[in-house]
Amino acid sequence: MAAPAFKNGLVRWIDHRLPVFSFLHHELHDYPSPKNLSYWWNFGSLAGIVLVIMIVTGVFLAMHYTPHTAYAFDSVERIMRDVNYGWLIRYIHMNGASFFFIIVYIHIFRGMYYGSYKAPRELLWILGVVILLLMMATAFMGYVLPWGQMSFWGATVITNLFSAIPLVGDAIVTWLWGGFSVDNPTLNRFYSLHYLLPFLIVAVVMLHMVALHRFGSGNPLGIDVKGPQDSIPFHPYYTAKDAFGAGVFFIAFAGVVFFSPNLFGEPDNYIPANPLVTPPHIVPEWYFLPYYAILRAIPDKLLGVIAMFGSIFVLFLLPWLDTARVRSAKFRPTYRKFFWVLVVDCIVLGYVGANPPEGWFILVGRIATAYYFFHFLILLPVLGLIERPLPLPQSISAPVLKPAEGKA
Amino acid sequence: MRRLISAVALLLAFGAAAEAAEGAKPPAQHWSFSGIFGTFDRASLQRGFQVYKESCAACHAVNMLFYRDLKGIGYQEDDIKAIAAQAKVMDGPNDAGEMFERAGRPSDKFVRPFANENAARAGNNGALPVDLSMVTKARVGGPDYVYGVLTGYVQTPAGVTLMEGMNYNAYFPGHQIAMPPPLQADGVPYQDGTKATVEQQAKDVVTFLAWASEPTLEARKQMGIKVLLFLIVMTGILYAAKRKVWASVH
Ligand code: HEC
Ligand code: HEM
Repeated sequence: MAAPAFKNGLVRWIDHRLPVFSFLHHELHDYPSPKNLSYWWNFGSLAGIVLVIMIVTGVFLAMHYTPHTAYAFDSVERIMRDVNYGWLIRYIHMNGASFFFIIVYIHIFRGMYYGSYKAPRELLWILGVVILLLMMATAFMGYVLPWGQMSFWGATVITNLFSAIPLVGDAIVTWLWGGFSVDNPTLNRFYSLHYLLPFLIVAVVMLHMVALHRFGSGNPLGIDVKGPQDSIPFHPYYTAKDAFGAGVFFIAFAGVVFFSPNLFGEPDNYIPANPLVTPPHIVPEWYFLPYYAILRAIPDKLLGVIAMFGSIFVLFLLPWLDTARVRSAKFRPTYRKFFWVLVVDCIVLGYVGANPPEGWFILVGRIATAYYFFHFLILLPVLGLIERPLPLPQSISAPVLKPAEGKA
Repeated sequence: MRRLISAVALLLAFGAAAEAAEGAKPPAQHWSFSGIFGTFDRASLQRGFQVYKESCAACHAVNMLFYRDLKGIGYQEDDIKAIAAQAKVMDGPNDAGEMFERAGRPSDKFVRPFANENAARAGNNGALPVDLSMVTKARVGGPDYVYGVLTGYVQTPAGVTLMEGMNYNAYFPGHQIAMPPPLQADGVPYQDGTKATVEQQAKDVVTFLAWASEPTLEARKQMGIKVLLFLIVMTGILYAAKRKVWASVH
């Protein structure tokens, strides 16, 4: 790492002893990025911004929140009413979770479209899936904290899934609960873990960045950077582009936080938890609905749980399930169509998950579930072998340079 | 893309079918506090508070409210002291170790009609009059639903037999509700000359309950407009900056 000559003397003094400035310069300024990244590449930095927002608002909520079954609901309402700007902090945190998932889901589908998981970025992708799992655990436990009806019954339904494990299932559930039902010990441990996991996410995000900076970003063409004419320094080009994208994001986010803060929420969660009254429909938060649909599509409880976890586990294997050598769907006409079918399939799963398992929903849920696994386990390996990709451009700058050369 | 559109159409069709199965959806009302610029109509809030006090407070608590919160619906310090003083609050123990009753203060919570759930059920044929302080946020349909229940006492349709002590209601889930019709025409003497029809009282009390559910609604929307304006300008500038930075690349 060649240290740049910093003008400021203090900066030079510090950098000589603790090379943080060289590090930043290297990772931001020198770091070459492909020049053709589209706006789909904004979602990584957006996810990072939202993670920071979640931690900051979470720390302030934690100053006023009481993790006890008798006080939790009232303490959240007190935050909403009596803490200065408490309503703002809480609505940002509550909707931030939804926006976090929207961003990360787009980020993941971006990766699937452009084959971002392919060599040499397999570990980068796998770390991303680990982040997704940690986010899911964090959001699930966070949703329990306000101790409304959905908090309580959602926690009951989801923790009960572990009872499907043969022989030790019930013992595991008792262990998770810290008792014989979801109760104060459960709330306390969920709070503890809800505070801890976001910092684990930060750690995995750092590893994700280390892996990213090893080979740099992929790009919409899916071909490697061939030389300096293909790349530009991250700063100021992508800092400017990411900042603009963040502005657009904040407009959408503020629109929901200030004008429809309960858009993603369930009215039932404004009713205090009551173990004696089961709500008519127990539904998880929207970002869990597709998994919930997969769980319920399978009549056997244990197999359902396995399928649900399997739906995420296949993502770990994706770099090896996809046998195509071309990365970007731009040059894979058949894969491109199936990609969109998968997107629709996931939306259908989400819709089925939001509805009671009756009538048509059962059949649609089963077909959509089967299709989900078909896509990853059968279609991708086979398609990669038989599909004839379109010819790839010579280099990233080639398609841009060619017409210019023609003119000369 | 075509596939996407047909899939969306399919979803919408499912949605319509699901809605039809769930039954009467309360009609949407016009609320002063809805929309981006919505604020609570102060006169309606105060009338609504009066309706709550005189027609609902005998059964329903609003446990999240303190008397001091009434400042938010336009009452002055002295009015609030007077309103609070009408309530009897259990306090103590005093120096002799005894509980005692005293007049309410602005810092007290709204006094609730029943000491606990069992007492509330015992006084209402076994049904529980729910705490109303969050009710417009805690029901699908929100204020429209609550308005629907309050005005939805219609003739029991032929062929429906009600259980003992129940009333027929067009919008309450299952249609059988233990609450007797709580509003009567001119049941509440309005001071400001507004005619106290059942609809007007319902409108006013629901406005009051919507405020009770979220007293910070106005502050939220006012701040939201400023924040959005700022963000739009800032994003415009960021866009210009991005264009400038990238000008030499394309
Ligand atoms: C005589 C006692 C009594 C009075 C007075 C009364 N209620 Fe009720 N209310 C009840 C009971 C009991 C229930 C529960 C009904 C049930 O579960 O069948 C109820 C239910 C309700 C519900 C339905 C809540 C739900 O679960 O969806 C609303 C809304 C409501 N009351 C509002 C009001 C309002 C507003 C007033 C004043 C205008 C009022 N009530 C006056 C006893 C009363
Ligand atoms: C990955 C980041 C995070 C996610 C996805 C997340 C998600 C959530 C969710 C979904 C809720 C429920 C909101 C509601 O419905 O009211 C919640 C509540 C809460 N979270 Fe987080 N959270 C994150 C980080 C944090 C951190 C770092 C802290 C503490 C330092 C924290 C503290 C709290 C507290 C105290 C509550 C309860 C108050 C409330 O429900 O509003 N969160 N969180």
